[in-house]
Amino acid sequence: MAHHTAPAPTAAQASRLQAPRNRPPRPRPTLGRILAWTAMVIILIVTLFPFYWILRTALSSNGALYANSQSLLPTEFSWGGFERVFGLQTTEEAIAQGGSGASIDFWRYLLNSIAVATGITACQVFFSAMAAYAFSRLRWAGRNHVFSVFLLSLMVPQIFTLLPNFLLIREMGLIDTLLGIMLPSLFMTPFAIFFLRQFFMNVAVEVEEAALIDGASKVRVFFVLIIPLSVGPIATISILTYITAWNDYFWPLMVSYTDESRVLTVALGNFNEQSPQTGPDWAGLMAATLVAALPMLVLFLAFAKRIVNSIGFSGIK
Amino acid sequence: MANAPVASPPRRRRRDDRRLALIFLLPATIGLVVFYFWPLVRGIALSFTSWDILTPAQFIGLDNYTRMVSDPVFWNAVRVTLLYVVINIGVQTVVALLIAVLMQRLSQSTLLRSLVLTPYLVSNVVAALVFLWILDFQLGIGNQVLAWLGLDRVGFFTSEAWVIPTIALVNVWRHMGYTALLIFAGLQTIPHSVYEAAKVDGASEVRTFFSITVPLLRPILGLVLIISVIGSFQVFDTVAVTTNGGPVDASRVLQLYIYNNAFGQFDFGYASALSVALLVVLVLVTFVQYRITRAGQTDLN
Repeated sequence: MAHHTAPAPTAAQASRLQAPRNRPPRPRPTLGRILAWTAMVIILIVTLFPFYWILRTALSSNGALYANSQSLLPTEFSWGGFERVFGLQTTEEAIAQGGSGASIDFWRYLLNSIAVATGITACQVFFSAMAAYAFSRLRWAGRNHVFSVFLLSLMVPQIFTLLPNFLLIREMGLIDTLLGIMLPSLFMTPFAIFFLRQFFMNVAVEVEEAALIDGASKVRVFFVLIIPLSVGPIATISILTYITAWNDYFWPLMVSYTDESRVLTVALGNFNEQSPQTGPDWAGLMAATLVAALPMLVLFLAFAKRIVNSIGFSGIK
Repeated sequence: MANAPVASPPRRRRRDDRRLALIFLLPATIGLVVFYFWPLVRGIALSFTSWDILTPAQFIGLDNYTRMVSDPVFWNAVRVTLLYVVINIGVQTVVALLIAVLMQRLSQSTLLRSLVLTPYLVSNVVAALVFLWILDFQLGIGNQVLAWLGLDRVGFFTSEAWVIPTIALVNVWRHMGYTALLIFAGLQTIPHSVYEAAKVDGASEVRTFFSITVPLLRPILGLVLIISVIGSFQVFDTVAVTTNGGPVDASRVLQLYIYNNAFGQFDFGYASALSVALLVVLVLVTFVQYRITRAGQTDLN
């Protein structure tokens, strides 16, 4: 690779002389660059192929998958998988096509997931913002010490809090309720506080002082000044929180026992277990997988740029 | 100076906001105390008891810990978990570093970075199910490809030798883009001038990478490593969905063993002791890593 890239400085300088525009010149396609792009394309294929395979399988009919597993296109196009997921098939139809025939209430799980993720995100971000405000813009003795205590809790691994938290939720009589799933992450995460504090600290003092001189209270400053000025960071942390809450599996698995509080991830795990062991309902499973993953993919599509650009910042996570 | 009669605004600003701060911190503090610190204390306390939830907990001293030391399934879980962590972190770090460097050198486009991140958006359950299907022994396209290449089919989730590497690689797939973006952010902090100086000196790409990029990236790399190691020690979802610990105990990671003890055997005391063990391991690993990578320091300046 060395001898291909060595002459690059002179080539780049030469073409920069010819191109008066500010844009960097297009690099020459050296062997190194070709290899690098090849590697990148392979990585992208590995990254994206499973998504295509979900779609291809979900749109196939289950029986045909067994007969023709090598086809790269859907085999015997069918909506059957989705129909089983949404409970649109009769038990006989479902079993005939490889489903378990067990009743599945997918809309219920979807609603539960939405409720849990929305509840967690709204409360957690709001409460964390309040704490971040106290840590960044209010003056009080011991502020930094208390903040260190909050930061310290970043070190507590999730596994350790799960069992005692389960016992607590149980003692509160909240097992198998949506509130029970939400409660532990409802009040804050150290990371959200840390993330928002960082931005609140950057709001100019002058703006705040002007408002205070005009007679605004600090509470008012929080609501009409700090929050509106930090819409961007608040949106970012909200989306990240939503995705995390939506994808959580272990905690909801511990807390929920019935359809009452079952969220999509847990339902998906169950759906897999109910699928016949001898000939799993792959079309149905992949349709369910797609339904569970799609909302987050769409959310990402809408906010990709914001999320991607904020990840460097969250490196301190 | 402090007594100077300047005007009211500065004095007003200096006023102590303690009361308001208390109110603003109340919800977060409830969360911190009830769901972080209290569980920590309670978990450690529980580890010295024998408790099945139904009858009152009994103090049994160190019995859970002596039992743990002579429990072959525990030691197997430790071994399996370590194997998982080493494969997962090893492969993930190398691949993520490669992706990050490629992105920096080839294209800074947001689209490319978004595409690389997509697996991170799906849950572990989804990732597990997709690969369960792709790597199915008979019908999985992965095994079809092996067959086309004239290789033997592999029971990725059913063979004792393959199951942990497979689960580790599934999680590499889900996390490599995220890790790559973290490293990419670190790469952006390296001043361009350093590279240009190297170029002027006639350093090759490979040499530049190993004697400039990697050393200057060390603090970020150290932090990224600590985060991913802590995360990967807590592997559960993928195992629970794909193999549930099998074949035999080949994929019974610590986290799953804790879950089995708590919710399978209703042995919450022992499960808590196992969590304490995992906590101790995590603290040790973090400490050692922090020292080795000197994650807090930077070579820039």
